[in-house]
Amino acid sequence: MIEPALIEKINTVLAEEFEVNPEIIKPDAILMDTLDLDSLDLVDMVVLIEHNFGFTVKAKDFVEIKTFGDFYQFINSRMDGAK
Amino acid sequence: MEDFIHRDMKRVVITGMGIYSCIGQDLDTVRDSLMSGRSGIIADSAREKMGFRSLLTGMLPEPNLNPLLDRRKRVCMSQEAGYAYLATAWALEQAKIDNDYLARNEVGILYGNDSSALAVIEGVDLLREKKNTTLIGSGSVFQSMNSSVSMNLSVIFKLKGINLTIAGACASGSHAIGMGFMMIQSGLQECIICGGAQEVNPYAVGSFDGLSAFSQRNDAPTEASRPFDAGRDGLVPSGGAATLILESYESAVRRGATILAEVKSYGFSSNGDHISVPNVDGPKRSILMAINNSDVTIDQIKYINAHATSTPVGDFNEAMAISEVFGNHRPYVGSTKSMTGHEMWMAGASEVVYSIIMMQNSFIAPTINFNKPDEASARLNISNRCERVSFDTCLSNSFGFGGTNSTLIIKKI
Repeated sequence: MIEPALIEKINTVLAEEFEVNPEIIKPDAILMDTLDLDSLDLVDMVVLIEHNFGFTVKAKDFVEIKTFGDFYQFINSRMDGAK
Repeated sequence: MEDFIHRDMKRVVITGMGIYSCIGQDLDTVRDSLMSGRSGIIADSAREKMGFRSLLTGMLPEPNLNPLLDRRKRVCMSQEAGYAYLATAWALEQAKIDNDYLARNEVGILYGNDSSALAVIEGVDLLREKKNTTLIGSGSVFQSMNSSVSMNLSVIFKLKGINLTIAGACASGSHAIGMGFMMIQSGLQECIICGGAQEVNPYAVGSFDGLSAFSQRNDAPTEASRPFDAGRDGLVPSGGAATLILESYESAVRRGATILAEVKSYGFSSNGDHISVPNVDGPKRSILMAINNSDVTIDQIKYINAHATSTPVGDFNEAMAISEVFGNHRPYVGSTKSMTGHEMWMAGASEVVYSIIMMQNSFIAPTINFNKPDEASARLNISNRCERVSFDTCLSNSFGFGGTNSTLIIKKI
C-alpha cells in the first residue's frame, strides 16, 4: 500500500521539475511519454529523487519503470528499504 | 596589398543587432544611455565578504527565459548563454530572419566567449558535496564549456552552418566578427550570427581582482571607469551579450533586409610579448592591417571606439598606437567602457553595436570621467561630452590577455 500523501508528493515534484500539468499524471500513464523525457532528463530524475526523497539511485534503475504506477512502487519500495 | 582585396570577394554587411547590456537591454535604451553618458556600474557589497578588493561591476537584470524556452533548453544554458539568446533573438528579428529561413538556409554562428566560471564552480561544489557525478545534474557540462553559447544557440535556432566559439580573451567578440567577415567574404558562408557574451558574477572575475587590475573607487562606482583619464586606477568588470547578423551584400539585397552597416575590414595581430602587459607595437600592427586591407583611407575614419579599459598601461599604450598610426588626422577617440565597464569577451561585439548606434544617430558618445589627459591621451581627440557629429566610418579596437589584438572597420551604408 502506497500512502496517498507520497503519491501526491511524487506527482507534485515531477510536475514542477518537468513543467507539466499535474492533471496529466495518472497511475497508468507512460512516464517517459507523459513527461516528455529523454536520456538527459533521467539524470535530473536521479537528482530529483535524491533531493526530495533522500536516497540515491542510478539512471539504469529506471529501465523497468513504464508507468507512473511503477514509479510510485519504485520510490515506495526504496523508501521502505531505507527504513 | 591590392592583391588582397580580391575582385571576387563578397561585401559583408550587418542586417541585425541585439544587445543585453548594463546600459540597456534594447537598442533605444542603449542609444539614450550612450547619448546621456549614463553609467551602468554599481558597487556590489556582497563581494566584500568574498575577499574582493574591488566591489565594482556592471549591473544587469537576470533574464526570465521561462516563457521563451522549454525546460530542456534552459537546463543546458549558462548565464552568458541566456544573455546571448535574447540578444540573438532580437538581432534575428531585426534582420527579418525567421525559423523558416533558418530551416532552409545554412546560417552559422561564431560567438566570442572565454569562460563559464559560475557553471564550473557550481558543478564542482556539487561534486565535492555529493561525491556522485550524476548528482551534478544533466545541464552542467553544457553550461560549463567555453562553447556554451554557440552550442546552445545552434540547437535553439536549429542552425546548419559553421558552429564555433571564438576564445580570444577580451578580444573574443571582435575576433568572432572578424572571422565571420572572412568566411562570408570568401563565399564559404552566406550568413553568420556573430557576437560576444560575458557572464556577470563574482566567480568570473575573482582572480582578475587579485591581479590588482580593477579600480578601487568603491565609493564612487559611476566614476570608477575612466579610460584615458590621468586619474584612472583600473578597469571595472562588466558583461552581457551582443549579437550582430553578418551576411553577404547579395544575400541582404535578395532578402530585402535593411542594411545597417558594412564590415569593411578586419585586422589582427599578436604582441608576442607579456601575458598581461600590453605593448604599442601589437595594437599598432592590428590597426594598420585593418586599414591597409580595406579601401578606407585614414582620413575617412572619423571615430575610433578604443579598447581603453581604464588601466594605466593599457590605455597609455593604445593611445600611443593610435597616435602613431593616425598622426595629425586626429579622429574622435572614445571609450564606451567609461559607461559600460569592461564587457570583456562581449566587448568587441557590443562596441560595434554602440558604434553603429552612434553612426545611425549622428553622435559620438562621451568618454565620461575623462577630465584630465595623460601624456599619451593628450595626443588624441577625446571628448567627455556627447558630440553631435554625422559620420559614416569608424574603427573598433579590442585587445586581450596573451597579446591578442583585433581591429574592425565599420561603415554605415
